[in-house]
Amino acid sequence: MILSILPVLYLLASITYIMGLKMLSKPSTARAGNLIAAGGMIIAIFATIFLYKFNGKSLGNYPWIFSAMIIGCIIGWLVAKKVKMTAMPELVSFFNGMGGACAALISIVEFDYLWRESRTANALFSEVAPGGHYLAIIAGTIIGSVSFIGSMIAWGKLAGKFKDFSFKGQHLFNSIVLILVFVSAIYTWFSPANNANIYFFITVALAILYGVFFVLPIGGADMPVVISLLNSFTGVAAACGGFLYDNKAMLTGGILVGAAGTLLTILMCQAMNRSLLNVLIGSFGGSSKAGPAANQAQGNIKEISVSDAAMLMAYAKKVIIVPGYGLAVAQAQHTCHELEKALEEKGVEVKYAIHPVAGRMPGHMNVLLAEADVNYDKLLEMELANEELKSTDVALILGANDVVNPAAKNDPSSPIYGMPIIEVELARQVIVNKRSMKPGYAGIENELFYHQKTSMLFGDAKKVLQELLAELKNI
Amino acid sequence: MKEIIYFLQQNIDTVYIVILMIFLGIEVIGRVPSVLHTPLMSGANAIHGVVIIGAIIVMGKAESGNYLALILGFLAVVLGTLNVVGGFVVTDRMLEMFRKKKVKSEK
Repeated sequence: MILSILPVLYLLASITYIMGLKMLSKPSTARAGNLIAAGGMIIAIFATIFLYKFNGKSLGNYPWIFSAMIIGCIIGWLVAKKVKMTAMPELVSFFNGMGGACAALISIVEFDYLWRESRTANALFSEVAPGGHYLAIIAGTIIGSVSFIGSMIAWGKLAGKFKDFSFKGQHLFNSIVLILVFVSAIYTWFSPANNANIYFFITVALAILYGVFFVLPIGGADMPVVISLLNSFTGVAAACGGFLYDNKAMLTGGILVGAAGTLLTILMCQAMNRSLLNVLIGSFGGSSKAGPAANQAQGNIKEISVSDAAMLMAYAKKVIIVPGYGLAVAQAQHTCHELEKALEEKGVEVKYAIHPVAGRMPGHMNVLLAEADVNYDKLLEMELANEELKSTDVALILGANDVVNPAAKNDPSSPIYGMPIIEVELARQVIVNKRSMKPGYAGIENELFYHQKTSMLFGDAKKVLQELLAELKNI
Repeated sequence: MKEIIYFLQQNIDTVYIVILMIFLGIEVIGRVPSVLHTPLMSGANAIHGVVIIGAIIVMGKAESGNYLALILGFLAVVLGTLNVVGGFVVTDRMLEMFRKKKVKSEK
């Protein structure tokens, strides 16, 4: 028996994934955890290239493998380094899609081998392929394809390339497509060798169709949840590959991500006080939108000029800034930090209230403000912020909407009812900066804007902040 | 029924691993603070890039005449590398900002 250290290296890699994930869930060890997992990945990759034996033979095609890896490295590195912090959520989705596509491609090639075999044997496809083997291939193909196309749609949506799209009977349509995927997958298995491949590719096409219509109707605000879900899908697809090659590193890594990703998805839903089913099916549908919107879109809004707003803040004791996606879009985090400093020079206490799901991803605002060097101590979590708001003179809302919508507290018919919010109306004055009166991503009206304490300051967050800064210097 | 038991018997190691990993995956990230949701998701995203091993195997065992395997395998390795490299680098970039904050607040 020839001793091989390959399984030992795979074991090592598996351990690093587990440790990496464990460390990633604590702020103090997170970065090291990421590096450890990356180290394990490098070991697993090079061990596979140089030590893996297939039917007693080493792998070939090294030039192909290395050139592909170099291309992937360069693109991946450049994209990951160049993209702005605000586009982070899209990027995670994009890379996830790449993983899904990779899993699907592997399964397609493996299917092709089996199919050729069955064609030479001129047998029913099921007679050649062992059941477990086929199951792993078809599951890898379907899940990988759904994950790939779903991630691409999610990426496009977050990047503003697609809009939400839903039609009547969408859920029925999706269910039918999903059933067809399964039917076609089973049909492939029992069909004669000559046309098994036709049904296989029909299965792939249907899976892609399903992926598109699975993600399209889901509201943009729920995208993080969907990305997290697709992330765990890709994990399962990778695990299918692990089963296929009896490769423990792939199996453990894939299942680990599949399980952790699913839990993470549920945790994210909990942070918004909604169930996963509600996110996937609810898609903030028509009727619930019309109701509260019609009820609340009354009363007058009050506009405030930039100089008045600056005056208000300059003479306040304490200002709390509530950032949202609008701040990220306008790339105004640096200007925001400058405003904070300018106010502090005037003796105003400035803090930030961070809602866990403000922006497009949990933690989005923390990352954004950190980029602008905002001091960590100034970021208040929601509960703490609500306490402090009681003694706050001015709450300045920068491009946040749904996370400050009182409907979540008062209106049981609202789709976001029950979501914990930052209760800005506790402050003495509320200034809301928005580009227009358009509702937020959840597509619901916000009665806060009609509140007597609220003044609206329309305009792009960055521009408005710059004007505020200029005004502050004159005071 | 027989087939199922046979299948389980044949793959009992794998079944054990899958079940234990499911529990481990859930346990390991049990109480993650919401601030870390995004980096954790991104980190997990990089870890499932392990699928690249499969792509390397496909590529490495493809015979020189099998263009489908060669082309798709090549593509799979490129995409898999993208997933791994991009995933880890992005996660590191996100976490770097968290650390910068930490250092500052300690000062």
